[in-house]
Amino acid sequence: MLKLFKNLRRTEGMLVALSLVFIVLQVWLDLTMPEYMAEITRLVQIPGSEMSEILLAGGKMLLCALGSLAASVVTAVCAAKIAAGFGGTLRRKLFSKVGSFSMEEIGHFSTASLITRSTNDITQVQNLIVMGLQMLIKAPIMAVWAIGKISGKAREWTMSTAAAVIILLLVVLISMILVMPKFKKMQKLTDDLNRVTRENLTGLRVVRAYNAEQYQENKFEDANEALTSTNLFTQRAMSFLMPSIQLIMSGLSLAIYWIGAVLINKADMMGKIDLFSEMMVFSQYAIQVVMSFMMLVMIFMILPRASVSANRIMEVLDTAPTIVDGKREEGNVRNGEVEFRNVSFRYPDADGDVLQNISFTAKKGETVALIGATGCGKSTVINLIPRFYDATKGEVLVDGVNVREYTQKSLRAKIGYVSQKAILFTGTIHSNVAYGDNGQAAASEEEVKDAVAIAQAAEFVEQLDGTYDGYVAQGGANLSGGQKQRISIARAVARKPEIFIFDDSFSALDYKTDRILRRTLDEKCGDATRIIVAQRIGTIRDADKIIVLEEGKIAGMGRHQELMKNCEVYQQIALSQLSKEELA
Amino acid sequence: MGEKEYQNSGRRTGMPGGSHGRHPGGEKAKDFVGIWKKLLGYCRKYFAFFVIAIVCSAIGTVLTLIGPDKLSELTDTIAEGITPPSTSIDMERVLAIGLTLISFYLLSYLLSAIQGWIMSTVTQRVSKAMRSDISKKINRLPMWFYNRTTTGDVLSRVTNDVDTIGQSLNHSIGNMVSAVILFVGSLVMMLKTNGWMTLTAALASFLGFVLMFSIMGKSQKYFTRQQKHLGEINGHIEEIYSGHTVVKAYNGEDEAQRVFDRMNNNLCESGFKAQCLSGLMMPIMGFIGNLGYVAVCVVGGAMALSGKISFGVIVAFMMYVRYFTQPLSQIAQAVQSLQSAGAAGERVFEFLEAEEMEAEEGKISVLDHVEGNVEFEHVRFGYEDSDATVIYDFSAKAKAGQKIAIVGPTGAGKTTLVNLLMRFHEIQGGKIRIDGTPTNLMTREAVHSLFCMVLQDTWLFEGSVRENLVYNNEDVDEEKIKEACRAVGLDHFIRTLPQGYDTVLNDQVNLSQGQKQQLTIARAMIANKPMLILDQQIQTAMDQLMENRTSFVIAHRLSTIKNANLILVLKDGDIIESGTHEALLDRGGFYAELYNSQFETAG
Repeated sequence: MLKLFKNLRRTEGMLVALSLVFIVLQVWLDLTMPEYMAEITRLVQIPGSEMSEILLAGGKMLLCALGSLAASVVTAVCAAKIAAGFGGTLRRKLFSKVGSFSMEEIGHFSTASLITRSTNDITQVQNLIVMGLQMLIKAPIMAVWAIGKISGKAREWTMSTAAAVIILLLVVLISMILVMPKFKKMQKLTDDLNRVTRENLTGLRVVRAYNAEQYQENKFEDANEALTSTNLFTQRAMSFLMPSIQLIMSGLSLAIYWIGAVLINKADMMGKIDLFSEMMVFSQYAIQVVMSFMMLVMIFMILPRASVSANRIMEVLDTAPTIVDGKREEGNVRNGEVEFRNVSFRYPDADGDVLQNISFTAKKGETVALIGATGCGKSTVINLIPRFYDATKGEVLVDGVNVREYTQKSLRAKIGYVSQKAILFTGTIHSNVAYGDNGQAAASEEEVKDAVAIAQAAEFVEQLDGTYDGYVAQGGANLSGGQKQRISIARAVARKPEIFIFDDSFSALDYKTDRILRRTLDEKCGDATRIIVAQRIGTIRDADKIIVLEEGKIAGMGRHQELMKNCEVYQQIALSQLSKEELA
Repeated sequence: MGEKEYQNSGRRTGMPGGSHGRHPGGEKAKDFVGIWKKLLGYCRKYFAFFVIAIVCSAIGTVLTLIGPDKLSELTDTIAEGITPPSTSIDMERVLAIGLTLISFYLLSYLLSAIQGWIMSTVTQRVSKAMRSDISKKINRLPMWFYNRTTTGDVLSRVTNDVDTIGQSLNHSIGNMVSAVILFVGSLVMMLKTNGWMTLTAALASFLGFVLMFSIMGKSQKYFTRQQKHLGEINGHIEEIYSGHTVVKAYNGEDEAQRVFDRMNNNLCESGFKAQCLSGLMMPIMGFIGNLGYVAVCVVGGAMALSGKISFGVIVAFMMYVRYFTQPLSQIAQAVQSLQSAGAAGERVFEFLEAEEMEAEEGKISVLDHVEGNVEFEHVRFGYEDSDATVIYDFSAKAKAGQKIAIVGPTGAGKTTLVNLLMRFHEIQGGKIRIDGTPTNLMTREAVHSLFCMVLQDTWLFEGSVRENLVYNNEDVDEEKIKEACRAVGLDHFIRTLPQGYDTVLNDQVNLSQGQKQQLTIARAMIANKPMLILDQQIQTAMDQLMENRTSFVIAHRLSTIKNANLILVLKDGDIIESGTHEALLDRGGFYAELYNSQFETAG
């Protein structure tokens, strides 16, 4: 929790110091005001006081009040500024931290949880600052000051005040012990609720096709009930806390007066009057003491949830990305050559290798295709090139240099990657195609148009409302699967990369588009190395090199005709898709 | 987890207003009262409890008004005891007052505890009901609604907004009641005592009211803006985190960071303003209390000096003016929290009140003896939120057990067609008949129950493999599950997982896209419905799945549809050719061109 506050920036630190000054001022004024109040009371009660005297005392008190107002306004503005600034800083740090994560860390936390951490958890911490900061500073000052005012008075009174404070702390402690574990569970339950809702939203068509609306709703209800019952427990426990505190405070005043009555009765005539005025003052300040402890308690009420959130934030901030930048900006040559040297890979914590001893070279302008059954490791191979993961053994080289030696930026600037599932972002067709940064100038309108044309998307884009500035909803939800895929291919083309990576990117396209697209790519981007993962033989039969993968090992490598002769795995794949005559 | 996917023609219009129209609400004037009526509507069930809580709170407040009075009686008793000629304090009276006060305190403890218990129970129940309603609403909204809403936005309504409402209900209503009673109570007491003094106190407090409401009017705007900015940034975070690979591959981090920073700054700014204004409220209220005190003393002093009132009146008023202004700050706080709840409520109700799919009472809910004859009759369709027509005039007939293949370039309307068959969207003209019954006369549920559907987006959820396979079909016997998995070639893989069929699928389990597809095919096999819609490339076990079923196959591989009974060739939303593979090849038209293109060598 405290570690989190190291993220406070200098200006915010200064604001904290500033609010400290003003809080002290405010406490002083607040504790002085009762004196003028008492004077006014006295003046009003004594017959024969002058109007001017009342006005003077009233004026002084009003000044105090105004001063206190000004001081608390400054504090409030500071607190708001600190909270907003600190929340913003944290949110930004978290966001760029997640941006630096590799797929491994993302998998570790899960996307859903990272989203909650970046949104909900930050809000929690921010709330703590808005409410907590002022109280956290004010309460101890107030307590010490008020205790100073009443010290040295009758022991019985001091004892009863101490007793009240102790009872107060006990009550709070017991509530905390009861409630704390539940608070810890709360965020997890909120995550569950979010997850179930997200599932329903992302799987709308499946949910409806299976008439599973009720099933989803029941699942939601379970998560909802779990969250509600935890909330109920904590809220109910908390609903006893405030009345208890009220009871303690009222009880304390009563005790002071009652004890006072007994003490005064026992004292001699002179002592009686002194004791009486002392009692009046004591009761005023004793309440202030208890009040300040109460403020501390209030912080404890919001502290647990916020501290859980703070820990969850820290967990992310403390995680070091496993993929670290190298130093090189450029390779030995600049030809887009990709080479795998005895590469093996296994997922962290997994028992078996996903890839074993993969070696091959893709030369400048060559098309290298990877094919094999699902789960054979095709995607894993290409994920190693842009360093989504690092190879466990062996080396992956781009332009003759191990990928680990590059900065991630300069490595990826060489690559045009098209994922299996097209991912588009909210914005326009243009913003999606011109997306990213390849170390060169941003793609011009003309370049975007060319890329879209190469990706065979010009026809539908030009029919869109707003054509190249046509709206793209989150995840490209307003485009069809094939349209999204072509836009994501255009995005890779616009990048003008040395190396294209297509992770099964043509399968959402029909054959004709697929063929024309590949032909256009050959014409316009023939210099670039192309690495293609595919399921269709048709897509890859012209490749310069086809690598057949089976269970993470290379089962065959060569051209279509060679593999048809000497690679059984390839033959089987081919025969399942096309008849013998067609393959000939 | 898959993602929602919509088939669209090229003519599909974009978002209204061009771009970034995710929050159609904007910052227009808010119907605060209307929203709160709806919010309270949710509490109707708990009306009796509310009344009890309010009564508790009212009695508690009255005790608050009397309590200090008793305490000053105690002080007076002690003071009398030390004023000559009296030599000792009337300890019996002290005892009596003390005991009365103790009973007051205990009673008010009990009352507040009851009130707190009831309010927290009611608000939790209400929040729960609200969340349930949102969850149900998700499934009652038409598909096209989701074209313009982000997942993050809906999520934020389920959690953040409902939380805000719950907290506000919990804290404000009880406070509001006691504050109003305290306010009215002290006003009555003051009026009873002296009119002019009441006026003085009231004027001072009036100043407080004016300040308070002017601040509140402003802060509402910032609160709404803050919520809106929060929704925006959450949407962005969600999008970037979900598209992490592409962001990294394209060095898009800087761009994402820029957008994020802009949104973050907006949020910081509106958050600062909202918090700032609400932070001012308390100090101002404190000041108003002191101002009232001084005003009463000064005016009272003047009146006392001229002999118009007694000193006792002033002393009484000093207490009343405290009671009179103190609830103002409570009311202010409550109103402020009601406001943020109003802003949150607006977002919740905006979702809850969105137009639903039409109700289906009286429609055919079960079709007897399904044979599987499907007929499209002059079907015309355009998306509900746009004027463009996607499918113009589509007619086709599928006889029971036939395999119908749908072929065509992307954007031709293939997916749209199956979406219409499933009634995910409503057609605007013509009919789709199943065994002679038009689907628009059947309930959507009845239509869905006729089709196994295997989609391109492989949607899996966090749960065991078994749960993912049987899905909402609880009583499926074990052998059937295993059989389906063997058929798709997954059984072996599943058994190598740590807990076999009970392995929980989550982000930590690495399934390949292909394995996910196999799982969804197995799921369809287990569901075992009379017809089949197939929009996926994997062909494993497909023949088995198609056996005895009328099947609609969106062709991704032409080689797999050669044996289809009917091939429909779509272009721009219309059938341009139809027939068997051989017939179409002989014709030498679009299909033949398409088919032959796969064997041409590129380049």
